[in-house]
Amino acid sequence: MTHLVTTLFLYAEEGAEHAVELADGGVLAQWAWLIPAVPLVMMFAIAFFGRRLPNRGWELAEFSMLFVAVYGVALFISNADQGVYYEGAIEIATVGSFVLEWGWVVDGLSIMMYAVVGIVGLAVFTYSKGYMEGDIRYTGFFANFTLFAAAMLVLVSSPNMLQLIVGWELVGLASYLLIGHYWEDHENNAAAIKAFITNKVADVGLFIGVIIVAVTVGSFRFSDVLDAVANADSALIEVAFWAGLMLFIGAMGKSAQFPFHVWLPDAMAGPTPVSSLMHAATMVTAGIYLLGRMFPLYQDELFAVDVKTIIIIVGAVTLLLTGLIALVQDDIKKVLAYSTLSQLGYMTVAMGAGAYTAGLFHLFTHAFFKGLLFLCAGSVIHAVHSNNMSDMGGLRKYMPSTFWTFIVGSLALAGIFPLAGFWSKDEILSSVSFDAAHGGGAVASTVLVVAIVGAFITALYMARAVYLTFYGEYKGEGHPHESPKIMTYPLIGLAALAAVAGFANMPGIYTGFTDWVGARLHVMGDHHAEAINYLLAGLGLAAAGIGIAAGTRLWRADRDTQAARDRFRIPVLYPLLENKYYIDDFYLRGIVNPTKGSIARATDWSNTYLLDGVVNGVGLGAGLLSKIVYGGIDQRGIDLAINATAAATGEAGEQLRHTTTGRVQQYAGALFAGAILLVVGFLILS
Amino acid sequence: MEFTDWISDARNIIFLVIGLAMVAAAIRVVSSPNVVHAALMLVVALAGSAAIFIMLGAEFVAWTVVLVYIGAVIVLFLFGIMITRAPTGRDSVRLDHERRWPAALIALAMFITISWATTETFGDKLVSDGVATANDLGAVLFDRYVIPFEAVSFVLLAALIGGIVLARKDPEQ
Amino acid sequence: MIVNQFLVLAALLFSIGVYGVLVRRNAVLVLLSVELMLTAVNINLVAFWAYLQDPLAYLQDVQFAGQVFALFVIAVAAAEVGIGLAIVVLIFRNRSSANIDELDLLKW
Repeated sequence: MTHLVTTLFLYAEEGAEHAVELADGGVLAQWAWLIPAVPLVMMFAIAFFGRRLPNRGWELAEFSMLFVAVYGVALFISNADQGVYYEGAIEIATVGSFVLEWGWVVDGLSIMMYAVVGIVGLAVFTYSKGYMEGDIRYTGFFANFTLFAAAMLVLVSSPNMLQLIVGWELVGLASYLLIGHYWEDHENNAAAIKAFITNKVADVGLFIGVIIVAVTVGSFRFSDVLDAVANADSALIEVAFWAGLMLFIGAMGKSAQFPFHVWLPDAMAGPTPVSSLMHAATMVTAGIYLLGRMFPLYQDELFAVDVKTIIIIVGAVTLLLTGLIALVQDDIKKVLAYSTLSQLGYMTVAMGAGAYTAGLFHLFTHAFFKGLLFLCAGSVIHAVHSNNMSDMGGLRKYMPSTFWTFIVGSLALAGIFPLAGFWSKDEILSSVSFDAAHGGGAVASTVLVVAIVGAFITALYMARAVYLTFYGEYKGEGHPHESPKIMTYPLIGLAALAAVAGFANMPGIYTGFTDWVGARLHVMGDHHAEAINYLLAGLGLAAAGIGIAAGTRLWRADRDTQAARDRFRIPVLYPLLENKYYIDDFYLRGIVNPTKGSIARATDWSNTYLLDGVVNGVGLGAGLLSKIVYGGIDQRGIDLAINATAAATGEAGEQLRHTTTGRVQQYAGALFAGAILLVVGFLILS
Repeated sequence: MEFTDWISDARNIIFLVIGLAMVAAAIRVVSSPNVVHAALMLVVALAGSAAIFIMLGAEFVAWTVVLVYIGAVIVLFLFGIMITRAPTGRDSVRLDHERRWPAALIALAMFITISWATTETFGDKLVSDGVATANDLGAVLFDRYVIPFEAVSFVLLAALIGGIVLARKDPEQ
Repeated sequence: MIVNQFLVLAALLFSIGVYGVLVRRNAVLVLLSVELMLTAVNINLVAFWAYLQDPLAYLQDVQFAGQVFALFVIAVAAAEVGIGLAIVVLIFRNRSSANIDELDLLKW
């Protein structure tokens, strides 16, 4: 089923898109179903005979990522040349009026995700070969990791909501398996379960949203839903608010927005490559992807525009609160985890402000520099054998490659010109300000302020991380050394991308990225800036600069002694931040323990006495009934009749056998008598 | 037909005499205490049947009866009687059963049934007066009835062999 | 001569033969009674031939069926007597008695 779209004309808006012509992608698009299929097949291959290979399965995983990267880049180039739209599907079943399909979408959004997953995945897989060397479950790790890659690609290539859910759940499974990779330690198991359960709670929203939309529109396909939006379908308008809200709740779970953010920091229990690929670059962006996929539902005037207010508030809250927690973390991975939460908040804010391109652009750049930062952290952890920054210090002497790439990543994250983060963060700020002027009102203005403050906080905690890790004196016991080339080369690669990725979308100069992700069947209707807003760019840069300066002042000169730390202990704020606002405690005591305790006991009682009682009663009744039937009817009645018949037959035989006397004359006599009787009978009758 | 009309035919008188003789002899066959007497009374009955055949015009059958039946079968019987007699001469064992009335009853019922059936069916129908010569019989026997004829010869062969096998002494003695 | 007189005579002889078969205890006498029955049958057959023959249709195919059948009966009777007596002799050799009542081994 190929949709060939020749021209889409859009109504002129301020800074709106011009007419977009989409190509059908040719052979590349038709075979694009290989993109999720190859990693899936490789996963099975690794699982079945990975152990026997010379690299114990890594080569299969690397091949699958290489394939996806090359294919993704090829599609990317094709899309950059001329926007591609292709949707292929295979019908699996028909249930009532719903058609279940498995398909693959090749449009601007999906291609961008393919490229990101492929490139970052390739870098991380290559890095993992060195990082996971000697691990007891090496092959299993790569099998799970490839499963994740396949699942993520299924998610981003799905043309319908059901397949999206399949991919969604599978990445959740892969996340569980990988977070619990070191399952010998019970805390890691708990972290894996926490991630899974938190996601599952949020998924209720996702399911309800999907159900509402599918029942209203009559189809699971995204293109059908967005067609309904474009045609101002009245049934969908009625339910749009709740559908949009529910879908956003689902997105909040996967993208770890407040209050569903609690699982991400604990997910750092998994190996660092996992944290890099899944919990920074790709899996957590699935929620943002969903919002991007369903964007017209939120953007169109008649539909779920009110939900955007909720979205932007949630994003801003996440952005600020989690950024603050990052300031007090000792574990370097936790710092980066809270940073990821904060940046996801930025993306959510962008989506809430109606900035489709800005949010996806930040997703794009964040994948590179955050993925890079995690890999650097892993390199450091690998060398020092500890996650805690209090065991580090002065490492720039021992690990130059790691140091410089970490610097590049940090500057990109902080939003320093001309690195990638500057461009994407600036895009978000200008979108929020546009929204503030055009309907977002006071909320958007507040959020704008929060975002700028967030830039300051981001720079501050990253500076802290840099100084505590790489400057000062080495406080640990080991002998730190630079990581092997197989780990440092991916770092360099990602650093290069983190440096130049921003140039893909420079308002007023070159806005290729806008066109690339705008290559979709339907109108997104988001605003694109005509030129750089120098005021906002300057404010953002200034905030970042102040943050770096403050960080240098506070932490450059090895202030991380216990005495120094005590001086910074602001009485109420620090304990609050260190305990993560007591949210985890609230969840544990308010929700988990009552469920485990009283609710579980109540359900157990009702199950044992009420439900089981009914079942047992039925069983006893059946037993009694069968006893009656057996004893009374079967034994006495039926058996009696049968036995009597048998006895009668036996008796008859017993008596009749006396007729065989063995005497011929008696036989002859009987013969003659019988013959006479027969003849007489015939004569009488005839 | 009235009895007087029937008896006026001379042949019927002869028939009556012969018939009575035959019946008397037959009764003696089945009731005589002496085995040899029984066999000899059968001779009388058979002779009477041969006379009946001649009266009916079946010469060849009549003389065949005399030759085969009286000449061979009865002799065979006498030999059999001789062999199976107790060495002490006259038989001490009763030749008849104790209870004879069931047999008499059956015999009587049989006679009544058959004669009633035939009387009902044939009534007063007459017998034809033709005579069949041996010539006629021979022509038919070897023409139309040759297959049963050969079959009977096989039967006789089988009986011959069977008889010899049965009655000979065991080879090892 | 009417047919019936011969048929009744034959019936009488047959019945007497039946009586003899059922009453006599000596095996040879039983066979004797069987011979009597067969004689009666012969009389029947020839009487029927005499009744059925058509003087004008002389020498036709089924003209002599009665007589021919009577001849066959005689032949078979002779064979049967031969075998029967052989068996009786054998039994007598084993048991020194021709009493049928003692031959009741095939009983219940």
